[in-house]
Amino acid sequence: MKTDDTAIKVENISKCYRIGLKEKIHDSFGRTIIDFIKAPLDNYRKYRSLYNFDDTGPDSDGHPRPGACDVIWALRDVSMEVKRGQVIGIIGRNGAGKSTLLKILSRITDPTTGWARIRGKVSSLLEVGTGFHPELTGRENVYLNSAILGMKKKVIDRKFDQIVGFSGVEKFIDTPVKRYSSGMKVRLAFSVAAHLEPEILVIDEVLAVGDAEFQNKCLGKMHNITQRGRTVLFVSHNMGAIIQLCPTSILLEDGGIVAGGPSKEVIDQYLSSIFRPVDSADLRNTPIRDGDGRLQFTAACLQQENGVNTNMPVSGRPVDIVLDFVSHRPLSRVQFKFTIFNQMGIAVTHCSVESSGQSFNVPRGQGQVICHIPKLPLPLGQYKISAAAYDDRGKLDWIATACIFNVQASNFFKAPFVPPIRYSTALVEHSWQLMTDGCKQKAVCGQ
Amino acid sequence: MHKSGTENPQVTVIKPQSGWQVINFRELSEYKDLFLFLVWRDIKILYAQTILGFAWATLNPLLQIIIFTFVFGRVARVQTDGIPYVLFSTVAIIPWTYMSEAMIQSSQSLVQGQQMLGKVYFPRLLFPITPVLARLVDFGISILILLLVVVYYRVVPTWNLMLFPLFFVSMVGISAGVGMWLSAMAIRFRDVKFAMQFIVRMLMYSAPIVYSASSIPKTYRVIYSVNPIVGVIEGLRSCLLGRPVPWEYVWPGMVTALLVLITGALYFKRMERIFVDVI
Repeated sequence: MKTDDTAIKVENISKCYRIGLKEKIHDSFGRTIIDFIKAPLDNYRKYRSLYNFDDTGPDSDGHPRPGACDVIWALRDVSMEVKRGQVIGIIGRNGAGKSTLLKILSRITDPTTGWARIRGKVSSLLEVGTGFHPELTGRENVYLNSAILGMKKKVIDRKFDQIVGFSGVEKFIDTPVKRYSSGMKVRLAFSVAAHLEPEILVIDEVLAVGDAEFQNKCLGKMHNITQRGRTVLFVSHNMGAIIQLCPTSILLEDGGIVAGGPSKEVIDQYLSSIFRPVDSADLRNTPIRDGDGRLQFTAACLQQENGVNTNMPVSGRPVDIVLDFVSHRPLSRVQFKFTIFNQMGIAVTHCSVESSGQSFNVPRGQGQVICHIPKLPLPLGQYKISAAAYDDRGKLDWIATACIFNVQASNFFKAPFVPPIRYSTALVEHSWQLMTDGCKQKAVCGQ
Repeated sequence: MHKSGTENPQVTVIKPQSGWQVINFRELSEYKDLFLFLVWRDIKILYAQTILGFAWATLNPLLQIIIFTFVFGRVARVQTDGIPYVLFSTVAIIPWTYMSEAMIQSSQSLVQGQQMLGKVYFPRLLFPITPVLARLVDFGISILILLLVVVYYRVVPTWNLMLFPLFFVSMVGISAGVGMWLSAMAIRFRDVKFAMQFIVRMLMYSAPIVYSASSIPKTYRVIYSVNPIVGVIEGLRSCLLGRPVPWEYVWPGMVTALLVLITGALYFKRMERIFVDVI
């Protein structure tokens, strides 16, 4: 007899919501009065329509109706299968549908279409401290929260000391929770959750709370949980936690699953999708742009020493940032500048003509401005450049993403070692000296 | 290594619900422990950080009895079928206080519990039913006043007292039914909160709490008794005071009470699936 070891099977689940739309504002007093009188009827229809989606499906002839503009599909045709004992990470941008999927699997909300079958008891941890009431003591809240998460009273009695011990608030366990610091509340709440023994565990970003020490403790405990053969679905924005805890992951985007597989690959795909592709050879239709337009950038790229365009410069080598533009009239005292952002969205450095104390006078017509960087101080990774031009009158042009590039394996320091990108937003030349009673030693990097 | 599950793990199917649903009693019994915890939590937090604590459960009805005795008993001299006014109002106000508190809190239960509603699953029915049970503790405490008054007036109980459980169950059932109806409506339309204050006040005068049912003209008695609260109050009054039960006031109300309870549960279950989406 074949034992079915599928813990969770999801088949074409979709979920839609209605969002609020701007209310109509009338310019005539008469219309305003009529709307005020009709308001109860309109309100009733509006609140009723929050869960009624008859106007979005196909009409009576079976033709697809144009979707109502105030309906969004949080999940679209999501299907997946999770075997017993698997630990799966779920990643995606905000609004991709991760929490909605977890809510549906936790039975908090119903799917609009589709179905799911779950074998085993599900414990959901969508929030830390659900049901905590400030007037109750820590002890009472532990019992309450544990019961809410699905533990029977006998089990709570048995585990009570363990739970309180892990949290570290033994001394205050009989004080009302409203007197706890927020850190203590989180520790107690997480401690309850950490002692659940569910067959299937569904967790939503709850590791995002608490100080670093506590987060480490939680990760450790989570790791224990995953080692015991339980099925776990883990949603997080913390890629480090995902890599540590989940061998496989799925990537959700705009309500659908776009990738699934070994976590490292899925994470790479996710990170590369954050930087949208940009046509840096033709910036005329770039989406995010500002400025009065008297001067406009038309293209942006990087060039290596030999003048060849590249979008994979080498760390430590000279590189030119080339910005093509067209100016619609003669301009004087123009300042060109750009900022380099890394994958985390952190601005690594800013280069501006202003730093030289000078400015350019730009005649009408096409032109090119080049910024020369003798030694590119960036570690491995993906970066984007936002470029801008100003003059005395104001902002001429500003482009959020003028170009994207990947810095290659470097020989910035001339030795094989490269500091990991986690610890170095930018690379700096430096040298070392060892001073002891005996002698002085020097080591210099990068020469 | 933890052996997860058994040979027959529980299988749950999640799919869009439609139409009318029946109450899943088996699921409710699985959540018995949680239900008791929620009731206990409700009781504890009501009087948290008060000096008088549970004594408040007696003060509310006590003050009402005193004021009504003065206003309706002395000043207005309302007819009470020969029963001393204090006794007359006590046996009505104590159950009424329970019913009004239970109904008001039950109607707000989903709105107030919206945090839990959106973050964890347990049978949604627990929300409106919790206050219905929790306020029974207040009822139990204020029964002390009732006992004192009954003993003071030397009321002799008759076999009618055996009917007390019938009226007690009706009292709880009506509160539960109304609570289920209103809580399901309140989560969608916040108007319920504002309407409740005025409805409860009207309801008090719709039942023979401060006046006697016999003052209602004969032709209107059946319609009057369709209000289930009438039957409960008259029934409790008669069985606690050793008088014959006026069944004509009780039967129509019992039918209504049953209807309210059943339709309340059906409506609640039908609306259950959209609660989280419309909070």
